[in-house]
Amino acid sequence: MNPVAASAASASRPMNTESTRFLTRYVFSRDHKIVGLQYFFLALAAALVGMFLSLLMRIHIVWPTAKIFGIGNIAPESYLALVTMHATFMVFFVLTLAPQNAFGSYFLPLQIGAPRMAFPKVNMASFWLAFVSFLVMLAAFFVEGGAPISGWTHYAPLSAIPSAGPGEGLGMDLWLVSIAIFCIASCIGAVNFIVTTIKFRAPGMTWMRLPLPCWAWFVTAFLILSAFSVLLAAAAMLFMDRHFGASFFEPSGLMVAGQMVQHQGGSPLLWQHLFWFFGHPEVYIAILPGMGVTSHLLSTFARKPVFGYRAMVYATIAIGVLGFGIWGHHMFTSGMNPHAAFAFSNLTLAIGVPSAVKVFNWLGTLWGGRLRFTTPMLFSIGFVSLFITGGLTGPILAQPALDSYLHDTYFVVAHLHLIMGMAAVFAIFAATYFWFPRMFHRMMSEKSGRIHFWFSFLGAYATFVPMHLLGMAGHPRRYSQLTEVNYLHKLMPLQMFISIAAFVTMAGQFFFLINLFWSIFRGKPSNPNPWEATTLEWEALPQGRDIQRGAYEFGRDDMGRDYLPQAGLLQLKSTIKN
Amino acid sequence: MAKALLVALWLITAVCLCLFWFHPWWLPALASEQGAPIDRQFKLTFILVGVAFLLAQTALGFLVWKYRTLPSTTSGRQFADNKKAEIFWTVLTSLLFITFAWTGARSWSQSHAAHTTADAKRPVDIEVTGMQFAWYFRYPGRDQVFGRSRPQLQDASSGSAAAIGLDMSDPASHDDFVTTTLVVPINRNVRLTLRAQDVIHSFFVPELRFKQDAVPGIAIPVVFTPDRQGNFEIVCASLCGLGHYRMRAAMKVVSEAEYEDWMAKHASQPAGVHP
Repeated sequence: MNPVAASAASASRPMNTESTRFLTRYVFSRDHKIVGLQYFFLALAAALVGMFLSLLMRIHIVWPTAKIFGIGNIAPESYLALVTMHATFMVFFVLTLAPQNAFGSYFLPLQIGAPRMAFPKVNMASFWLAFVSFLVMLAAFFVEGGAPISGWTHYAPLSAIPSAGPGEGLGMDLWLVSIAIFCIASCIGAVNFIVTTIKFRAPGMTWMRLPLPCWAWFVTAFLILSAFSVLLAAAAMLFMDRHFGASFFEPSGLMVAGQMVQHQGGSPLLWQHLFWFFGHPEVYIAILPGMGVTSHLLSTFARKPVFGYRAMVYATIAIGVLGFGIWGHHMFTSGMNPHAAFAFSNLTLAIGVPSAVKVFNWLGTLWGGRLRFTTPMLFSIGFVSLFITGGLTGPILAQPALDSYLHDTYFVVAHLHLIMGMAAVFAIFAATYFWFPRMFHRMMSEKSGRIHFWFSFLGAYATFVPMHLLGMAGHPRRYSQLTEVNYLHKLMPLQMFISIAAFVTMAGQFFFLINLFWSIFRGKPSNPNPWEATTLEWEALPQGRDIQRGAYEFGRDDMGRDYLPQAGLLQLKSTIKN
Repeated sequence: MAKALLVALWLITAVCLCLFWFHPWWLPALASEQGAPIDRQFKLTFILVGVAFLLAQTALGFLVWKYRTLPSTTSGRQFADNKKAEIFWTVLTSLLFITFAWTGARSWSQSHAAHTTADAKRPVDIEVTGMQFAWYFRYPGRDQVFGRSRPQLQDASSGSAAAIGLDMSDPASHDDFVTTTLVVPINRNVRLTLRAQDVIHSFFVPELRFKQDAVPGIAIPVVFTPDRQGNFEIVCASLCGLGHYRMRAAMKVVSEAEYEDWMAKHASQPAGVHP
């Protein structure tokens, strides 16, 4: 018996009695939909924490002596802790968990017609490990010395030697422990995604009929598996350096805080190689699912097939593969052999080609469509615009000669926030507005959604475009005070503008939060397929259906139909007959 | 909504392009020979990227407006796959990126080359040491040889030479001197050897158009040829701890004669505290 048939049989039985108990049904649930929601709310909590930290950062940069209610004045080292933890929460707990684990757990099985994930218990374990990891990370704020200050990249030796700065003691240990747990959670989750996609597709769901979000989740799962296993090893090595007398990352002769450090034979560059071997694929882990969702939504709301479906699939795979060969572009100024920069630079520019192909295909999808400007569509259009803007600074930073000026300046901050932060977040918003009716059987308010879109879209540009100019003027990042370096003084008005833009953008997010929670309880009830979409998650009976066509059969004027669902009606009849 | 998106996208595009065209905040005036190819490459890259940005955002705005739902619209299904179009834009972007790769590689090579015609003499050798949160600059003195330094002898609290652990039992150390200001002569090749004592720091002078990390355990050479006199700020660009924001030093580019005077003054009071 093949797994799909077996699971379909078990799924058709009434729910186990134990599943009716609250604890097993909603807390330690093996239901991929519940796990998906748990991930969603965990990511939301992390996003709120991360946003709050960035609020404090932006206040501190422009009003360094301000006393903040309940927190007091922010010291230079506390600012660096904010920098570190803002990035950690956003990169790991929002940009990794929300697009892949939250929406993937919920919708991958539904879209491929699988009754469940391949390993439901692993799915549950993966969430709870991520949850524990989140708590451990939060705990770092409350231990002696506070959270680590070495940035989310944690370059050794700063991160390896507790006396190198406040927060580099217990706070740094907790960071490493939390991330190690997170790596394990991500890797086992990724295996689950891969097996589910390969083994649990419904009959007729061939690879070239797969909805594009599923392709993205599938490729991303491979990236997670390869990247996070390396980060796990790196975190373990750094932990051994700190506590068990190893010296992977520290050379001999270090003098820190007036004391000789007992290490010898290690290389600080080794950490950077290991970290970025994870860190660069992580960018694609954050953005590939967003690209898949954007393709899906643009097609659905343009009432047109995705332009160049095959090219989209190949571009996704190409980005995934090339993504592992370009980590060195983070290290042009690191002291790495300058000749290596040629290889990393060329490969980085090469990855621009599949990325550009995707942009062209999105524009091609809009071409000749009949656009419906729903809130998810607005966020998808916003995604394309932000992806273009953030992406086009890529070929600037990919050139080592230009990067040697721009590296570690606000130009990089602007680039990564537009392409990895804002674009990915726009895809998360689009996915939330789009799939909300499937998750909660109610609609979110379109009016609040539109207000939220305009705040976010204009806010993202207003906040991050000026940061490019700071970088061009040579403003280094991660500076907690701008009073010491003279050439920074004239950049203060720009910093003030950025802070105000950020405050307004953050305020706009309340339209999303209120809309979300209000709609869960009070939203307008939705019909089963409110967006007139083709894919299986909108079917009343998604499992055990024969798939008859690809995912993007929109605008079939030739058949007098606006769209054709992937599972045909005929098949439904035959199922009933059986 | 379509009109609002069109206006927003085109307005954003216009504002961004104006900001980069008029650039009220931009690269500070250049002060090194090696920076010239970088500035040329910046110009070329920004022009090409700017054109791509303009075309892509304008097209997005136009398409969103043009294909807003009108009662009369028929399906654009026929434009769902188009081999020719796909090959066209794949080749086009490949050419663009090959241009970046080619010219980018050239500027990287040029920015690493010592200036050969301007200076037949041997380069001015200076050792730069970064530590939390200061820069020290060691000159080898008359013998042109750096004396031995040992980490065991480092003592930041008792002045410049001790801060980098200069070992006075090595005869070559006797005429070495250590300063907290980097003084270099104009139009000579300057070769810095970057070191770090505790954590990673990064030597960055915007006017020189490069930054280079100083990494513990590695001696990293960089060469530049200053071509403008003046005072410049050296900052630390790599997060190095709580005082990262105040890890700065001054760089003075002076005339050859001034430099000789300055050398003579310092060489006569070896290994002491030099401002």
